[in-house]
Amino acid sequence: MNAGNLIHDPYNAIITGVGGQGNVMASRILGNILSRKGYFVTIGETFGVSQRGGSVMSHLRISKKSVWSPQIPRGQAHIVVALEPTEAIRVIAAYGNPAVRVLSNTRPIHPVGVIAGELKYPSLDEIRASLGELAAEVALIDATGEAMKLGQAILGNVIMMGAVAGAGVLPFNAEDFREVISETMSADKVDVNMKAFSKGEEMIKGCAVI
Amino acid sequence: MSYLFDTNEGARYLMMGNDAIVRGALEANVNVASAYPGTPSSEIIENLSKASQKRNIYVEWSVNEKVALEVAFAASIAGLRSICAMKQNGVNVASDFLLHVALSGTRGGIVLLHCDDPGALSSINEGESRHFARMIELPLLEPGDFQEAREMTRWAFELSEELRSIVIMRSVTRLSHASGNVTLGRLGTPDGKARFKYEAVPGDPDSGPVITMPVPPHHALLQEKLKKAIAIFEKSPFNTYTGPEKPELLIITCSACNLYSREAVHLLNAQDRVGILKIGTTWPLPPKLVARHLAMTDRVLFVEEVLPFLEENVKVIAAETASEVGIKKFYGKNDGTMPTINEMNPDIVVDAVKKILGVEYTAMDEGYAKHAKEHLAALAPVRDLTFCPGCPHRASFWNLHNALAMDNRRGFVCGDIGCYTLGFLPCGFSTMKTSHSMGSGIGIASGFGKLTQFGMDQPILAVCGDSTFFHAAIPALVNAIHNKSDVIFVLLDNSGTAMTGFQPHPGTPLDAKGGPLPTIDPADICRSLGATVEYADPFDTDETQKKLLALMQEKGARVLIMKQMCALSPEKKGKKMFEVRVDQELCRGDTCGCSRLCTRIFRCPGLVWDSNRQAAVIDEVICAGCGVCVSICPSGAIKKTEAGR
Repeated sequence: MNAGNLIHDPYNAIITGVGGQGNVMASRILGNILSRKGYFVTIGETFGVSQRGGSVMSHLRISKKSVWSPQIPRGQAHIVVALEPTEAIRVIAAYGNPAVRVLSNTRPIHPVGVIAGELKYPSLDEIRASLGELAAEVALIDATGEAMKLGQAILGNVIMMGAVAGAGVLPFNAEDFREVISETMSADKVDVNMKAFSKGEEMIKGCAVI
Repeated sequence: MSYLFDTNEGARYLMMGNDAIVRGALEANVNVASAYPGTPSSEIIENLSKASQKRNIYVEWSVNEKVALEVAFAASIAGLRSICAMKQNGVNVASDFLLHVALSGTRGGIVLLHCDDPGALSSINEGESRHFARMIELPLLEPGDFQEAREMTRWAFELSEELRSIVIMRSVTRLSHASGNVTLGRLGTPDGKARFKYEAVPGDPDSGPVITMPVPPHHALLQEKLKKAIAIFEKSPFNTYTGPEKPELLIITCSACNLYSREAVHLLNAQDRVGILKIGTTWPLPPKLVARHLAMTDRVLFVEEVLPFLEENVKVIAAETASEVGIKKFYGKNDGTMPTINEMNPDIVVDAVKKILGVEYTAMDEGYAKHAKEHLAALAPVRDLTFCPGCPHRASFWNLHNALAMDNRRGFVCGDIGCYTLGFLPCGFSTMKTSHSMGSGIGIASGFGKLTQFGMDQPILAVCGDSTFFHAAIPALVNAIHNKSDVIFVLLDNSGTAMTGFQPHPGTPLDAKGGPLPTIDPADICRSLGATVEYADPFDTDETQKKLLALMQEKGARVLIMKQMCALSPEKKGKKMFEVRVDQELCRGDTCGCSRLCTRIFRCPGLVWDSNRQAAVIDEVICAGCGVCVSICPSGAIKKTEAGR
């Protein structure tokens, strides 16, 4: 319980993606890690029917002082972690500001409107340019691609958590992650999750920041 | 250690609001817990059932909310403590019994915990259940944060015993499904022996028969209980004031809106100008406490979800005490300052306080906001809701849609609540044309089926899930069959209460703890009512469509059970039945003449259009391997092979 100072207090993080990507799991693990370190953590989540192909968002408020609102106020996000790249743009339109940092997976999940040919899905170059204009720092990594090499696409969420740790914006590391997941996961699962986490840390370090 | 069993008083956990409620109930030594699942309330019973592995608690997923409340009530009048959880709609279902419970009184502490869903994040209405407390004359509590959710739940049982009344406690999605730090209280050892005492005269609160007659004296007694509740609420630590002695503006708030109000005052740096009265005991309101705070200021803003409940009740007190507290300027829902629909958030409160006090605050630079909005419109395509990849409902509605089209008499489908509600959207080929409360699809169909004498000649079908069947569809089906209504009842059996997380129901073989229970077969029930019952596997599209078409030509009570397990069920999740691929040689893309039937119409998230190759392609990360799309390609380009299992 020796919570250190944060870059901002409360530090506002948004983890976003599409239903089924492990968004809620990632926010709870991160919340638990930071709560154990003595921080006040508040998480607001949107799940339920929204999971059925819809956008999913978790708001994390991390503070040395108190519990905060489970909804981050408009324009107040410090970091956006996106498991799906167009979701980063969606979140920024409501919660972004010129100083926001973005960490995003590059793997698209096409909305049904795109599949049906009614809507257009942007190219990765367009997404990169857009995020580059709207955010102070952007890092894009192919988390799902690497997760598939580990045998499970769902591990993209853990790779992204590793990337958050590697980016150094929040006070946690691989050992903190191991401690929390070990309580609920079997040893072999812990192993592959740790591999994914390290992969994320490594990827963010080698990633060009725009 | 799990918060469920941690005896370390003062230990701190990050908990969902629903977990905090569970811990509060455990600290109160709850004996019996019952519920029908419904987002955002379902985790309460799920976690109490985990606790029942080590503690002597009876936990039940009941057939519907009314029966759940009856089960909890039995425990109360047998001298035990009980909790009954439900979402907002559930209170409507339970309300008939609740009205009688109010009048008959209770013995062991009993709490009705309802989780409302402002904004309908996972509902098809944003009904406000708080009004039941006033209408039925029962005490209502609303926790203002996560810590209070634990403490208040624990206290609610004591209050119930003190008043000899059921206590209603209301949570909302942004507490139940949000998480915050909670410090644990003392966890005792559950005790309690069940015995229903009925030997004394009727009306004896401890050991008489429990009835509501004669009514007027019971009603008077109920109102005495509310007066006692007021006296207790005047001193309740759950009603708190934060702010200056003479604020320029007093915010009166409750529930999650307490957190939004605090955030707004912080953002505006208005701690010296704005006071916040957070009320935890929202019905009946303690009038002296309210009047005392009204006297502090001339301007009052109400922040609550969804309808003006606190607002109107405070205004009654303000009118009655006007000569002492003075005339106020009220801002809230009635004057249009606050919206009367949807959930609140810190920004809505900021905007209201800004206007009232004339302060400056810019949430987002105008230029940046405009720019970001343009990027959103151009680059972030909307994500419409859809059935999951591999969902049996997509196949079921595909079959219904095609059979109705082939029949060509403008037939339609009535539906109700479950994942299959999405059948009204393009993902269900817009097949469902009515959707209301649990079981109302077959009820409405029963009515339609009797309109033939007025010239109605459209085939009428009703769909209903397996859990919904037991919850509320049986009486409507009985009605349809008894009255010879000409309808086809289609049971979409996906083997569990899928939408809320696979809770068991009477058709499944498990209890809340995972122990064995006898199953009740919906087919047996339908047959006993005199219906013909047929089965179809919705993944076998040809056979299912043939059966539907044949049934539409017949008359009488017809039931078709479309049976296929939910793709997210623990048995199926992550296991592919088939490896599916699109043969790029055979897919002729836009030159085919099918006009992209597979992606434009069928719209499974796992089958996407590759604009570079101008052909359909399987997204292997998303495809669940159900293989249904194989049957829809006129060129036979979609291929499946048994997945190595």
